Amino acid sequence: MIDIQTAAPSRVARLNPVAKLLAIVVLTVPLVLTLDAVSAGMALAIELALFPFAGLGWRQFWRRTWIVWLLAPLTGVTIALYGQASGHIYAEWFVVRVSEGSLTLALATMLRVLAIALPSVVLFATVDPTDLADGLAQVLRLPARFVLGGLAGLRMVGLFVDDWRALELARRSRGVADRGRIRRFLGMAFALLVLSIRRGTKLAVAMEARGFGAPGPRTWARESRFGMAEWLLVLLGATIAAVAVTAAVLAGSWNFILGPS
Amino acid sequence: MPSLPGARSGSASDVTAQSALTPAAPPHPVAVGIEGWGWRHGSRRAWALREVDLRIEPGERVLLLGASGSGKSTLVRAIAGVLGADEGESEGSIRLGGAIPSAARGRAGLVLQDPDSQVVLARVGDEVAFGCENLGVPREQIWHRVREALELVGLDVPLDRSTSALSGGQKQRLALAAVVAMRPGLIILDEPTANLDPDGVMQVRDAVARVVEQTGATLVVVEHRVAAWEPVVDRVIVLADGGVVADGAPEAVLRDRGEELADSGVWVPGHRATWPPRATRPRGSVLVSTDDLVVARVPGRPIAEISHLEVTEGAATAITGPNGAGKSTLGLTLAGLIPPASGMVVPSSALADGQRGHPHQWPSRALLTRLGMVFQDPEHQLLARTVRGELEVGPRALGLAESEIAARVEELLHRLRLDRLAEANPYTLSGGEKRRLTVAAALATRPRVLVLDEPTFGQDARTWAELVALLARVREEGSAVVTITHDLEVADALDADRFVLGGSS
Repeated sequence: MIDIQTAAPSRVARLNPVAKLLAIVVLTVPLVLTLDAVSAGMALAIELALFPFAGLGWRQFWRRTWIVWLLAPLTGVTIALYGQASGHIYAEWFVVRVSEGSLTLALATMLRVLAIALPSVVLFATVDPTDLADGLAQVLRLPARFVLGGLAGLRMVGLFVDDWRALELARRSRGVADRGRIRRFLGMAFALLVLSIRRGTKLAVAMEARGFGAPGPRTWARESRFGMAEWLLVLLGATIAAVAVTAAVLAGSWNFILGPS
Repeated sequence: MPSLPGARSGSASDVTAQSALTPAAPPHPVAVGIEGWGWRHGSRRAWALREVDLRIEPGERVLLLGASGSGKSTLVRAIAGVLGADEGESEGSIRLGGAIPSAARGRAGLVLQDPDSQVVLARVGDEVAFGCENLGVPREQIWHRVREALELVGLDVPLDRSTSALSGGQKQRLALAAVVAMRPGLIILDEPTANLDPDGVMQVRDAVARVVEQTGATLVVVEHRVAAWEPVVDRVIVLADGGVVADGAPEAVLRDRGEELADSGVWVPGHRATWPPRATRPRGSVLVSTDDLVVARVPGRPIAEISHLEVTEGAATAITGPNGAGKSTLGLTLAGLIPPASGMVVPSSALADGQRGHPHQWPSRALLTRLGMVFQDPEHQLLARTVRGELEVGPRALGLAESEIAARVEELLHRLRLDRLAEANPYTLSGGEKRRLTVAAALATRPRVLVLDEPTFGQDARTWAELVALLARVREEGSAVVTITHDLEVADALDADRFVLGGSS
């Protein structure tokens, strides 16, 4: 089963997940559209100042985000070594070429990964899938069938993990686990598919038996509220993006990836 | 009524004020009228049921009996309105209080057999509320209904408890509560206790008894275990040969038809399943023993400590204990499939037969002739496209000669009455047939130790007797049989050494 880690419910944790989703979208879309270090650096600086108020606690924060901290510099290093070369060339060895251009690009990319991934991880760490589904259906008015189907499916992911393990052990016990790793993997993947279709069918019957898909309006037991606090979070996302873009434009580093280069 | 603790903030707390409101009037018990009804599965030529005529009066409590494959599940699914028109062809009519079942959503509530595959949501309260939401019950009433339903089924857990943290018996009571909250006039249970341990069976049975007592709803329950359900029902209907063969008061039907029902696999009180002959062979030497063994399914999370356990040639060992005590994990560890958390599984030199180290370090192929394992869910270990192919997997991995493989497979097909199904796809077999097949597949390589995880779980009396007879024979032939089981009768029937894990200490 997926264990939903509910941190001590802070103010931010209790915000509507749809607001978190929207805030991330308005924050990251402008950052994706440019490739420069100033906008990303500015956004990251503001975000870092705000994380202590995200209600996550330092231990939780590091536990959730360490992978981002690890991957972002790795992305940077890769681009520094192999990225498109321009300007002064500092080092060259085989296909590796460290240039002024590749270093700038590496820094911009690394900051961008951090500026986009960190707030996403931090805000979604406190999202409960059920609350998100409530929000998607009630606030964004997505179709209930689609949202609840997805939610029920998500709950089954944990069962797949158990199934996969059992399939692995069963193959060992049947004497076929010594060789043919790839073939065995494909066989297990197929078996898992069959198992999940069967489970899905059973779940669909159970849902239908509880009136899922019945004609007539559906009600929602949990009200998904979208109030002032939620709007403030979205506004905060928009503000960070605006400050970052303004800083980049003023510094002359704004570099619109869709525009003429 | 006392409110359950742990209600979530926000929506749930709004409701406290509403709880004082009188709930809507209880539903009227629903009558079921079935006329000339029949059903043919899309992939079959023969009709599963035909010309069924039944009338179930409002408030009646019916136990529906019949052998595996007699169409019980099909019938109750049709009554519940979840039998899809695309799954097959139907004739005749079924009416719930005059309406077509699919148009009468919410009048009939259905609880299915498998506790795991009918949980929809992550939290207990939300799960119970789900049906009410679908029926469009106003929010102010839903949480009142949720608490009422949970109390009625005796599930005293916080509303925000994770549904995956519940035991099988609790999950089935949760499914029942989810149905009760919809206030149906008819409650249908399709083998609700087949996958539960004895405690779970009683919990669910008592919850159902309380629910029908309080709500007056009509009840239709499909179950093999008559003894547990007889006190709750006032009518028994028996299906066989595509139709109703007996219908009446429980005592009368069981008196007149008891013998026949028992033969067809129903667990009828007073008709004990056939036991195999007692062990005659002297016990041999110890094949596997454990030394300060601690087992863990997930590395780093030990779940059971085993003082000392010996598995002996020509003898049966029954590992029993409550749910979650680590029985299955112990089984997997003994069978050399997962490493111990600490301590050792020590094979005798006769068992190791040249293999070095501990069983979990042996190659997969080496396990075949030494430690066989039959998993709880047969579908996890099916590998081939035909029953015959399934039996050939092990012998082929051993590299036996084709003639030897053919001889072993033929013998097993015959011995386990699978000849007729040799070319069938294993996934299409019935539950009992699948179980026999997986046991046969393990036996094909003649392991000296055979470990089985709940081999008789959810089986009808006939399959039970067949499996127990088979295991007794394996024991008589000199192998060691280790069976993990909730079913103490299996242990008795096999003259097994008992090993109780957890619980009492």
